[in-house]
Amino acid sequence: MNFWLWVLVAAAIAYLTKLLGYLVPAKVLANPRMSRVAGTLTIGLLASLTVVNAAASGTAVVLDARVGALVAAAVALWLKAPFLVVVIVGALAAAGLRLLGWP
Amino acid sequence: MGLERPPAMNLRDSPAAKIGASIAIATGLYGVSFGALSVASGLDFWQTMALSLLLFSGGSQFAFIGVIAGGGTGLAAMSASALLGIRNGVYGMQLNALLRPTGWLRFAAAHVTIDESTATATGQVEPGERKRGFWVAGLGIYLLWNVFTAAGAFLGNALGDPRQWGLDGAAVAAFLGLLWPRIRAFQPAAIAVVCAVVTLLAVPFVAPGVPILVAALVAGLVGWFRRGGTPDHAPGHVGDGLEPDIEPYRHDAATRLPPPARRGRGEVSGQGDVLARGDAPAHGDAPGRHPESGVAP
Repeated sequence: MNFWLWVLVAAAIAYLTKLLGYLVPAKVLANPRMSRVAGTLTIGLLASLTVVNAAASGTAVVLDARVGALVAAAVALWLKAPFLVVVIVGALAAAGLRLLGWP
Repeated sequence: MGLERPPAMNLRDSPAAKIGASIAIATGLYGVSFGALSVASGLDFWQTMALSLLLFSGGSQFAFIGVIAGGGTGLAAMSASALLGIRNGVYGMQLNALLRPTGWLRFAAAHVTIDESTATATGQVEPGERKRGFWVAGLGIYLLWNVFTAAGAFLGNALGDPRQWGLDGAAVAAFLGLLWPRIRAFQPAAIAVVCAVVTLLAVPFVAPGVPILVAALVAGLVGWFRRGGTPDHAPGHVGDGLEPDIEPYRHDAATRLPPPARRGRGEVSGQGDVLARGDAPAHGDAPGRHPESGVAP
């Protein structure tokens, strides 16, 4: 599938969103509700993306090595590891579990 | 950047520039993970670079490739990316009030308006330092993020089967790492859990990628109907991670000021520029108050 169109549309929307903050008078956009929605959306989306990448395979929920990566990453974050270390720990956990025969 | 460049002041003498530079290095480095995961998700090298060069917002970029990797459509990927980018619009308002860029600089400033540059700028008190911090962090991350994205994309292409190297596990870890610093109190944790459960329930029933948008809808509704101010059952939840301008990746840089969420806000509202902070007016900027303490002053 060709994703070029969507890559460029996503980039345009991202830039216009940023620019909107600079160009639109603060009074128009600035209301507490707007901020709250931006805050809860961010958390909800990241939680959802975490779960999808950990346990979804197409339209099925599966338990494979990625769940091990999730647990390992949580432990690394708990121990205050830097972001890059967390990512590497996730990769090592998934690769290691597959070596041991977990799908 | 003629006008905005600090006149005689050496960037080396500027604490804000130092903070900006250290954040730029820490953040730029894990452009490697984005590049590698992006080509593993199925995008090609130049699509990956287009995301880093043109979209340039880590969370939205990871969201885009996260949906693609799960078999979602381009439309679903674009939607998740756009929704996650809404907070950048809020940062734009904040920075416009703080830095007052004029002319074409506004267009450049908008492009480098991301979590880290906003956090660096709002962490400063003096206007010149704010500008230096913002531009050093913003431009520094832009440069390094793109260099390391390219390196990661090359590496990802060379690795072959991404699953064998656990790159799908790395993606899971990356999303959890982006989420983690935002969970500082009961309420954001509850939102995260609800959205995770909603996602799992939706997966079998809708097309790949759509569960993420369903969860976004739920999260948006929670934000829409959530009351401003501090709820009685959770006093002092300011700084709980629900502010959009929370600084992510806070584990990375050693040279950090206290979280930006509680700094600079007083001055901002003092300028008469509304900065929509759902919760701020109720609490002010009580220094040293810890969100988890649960004790109203």
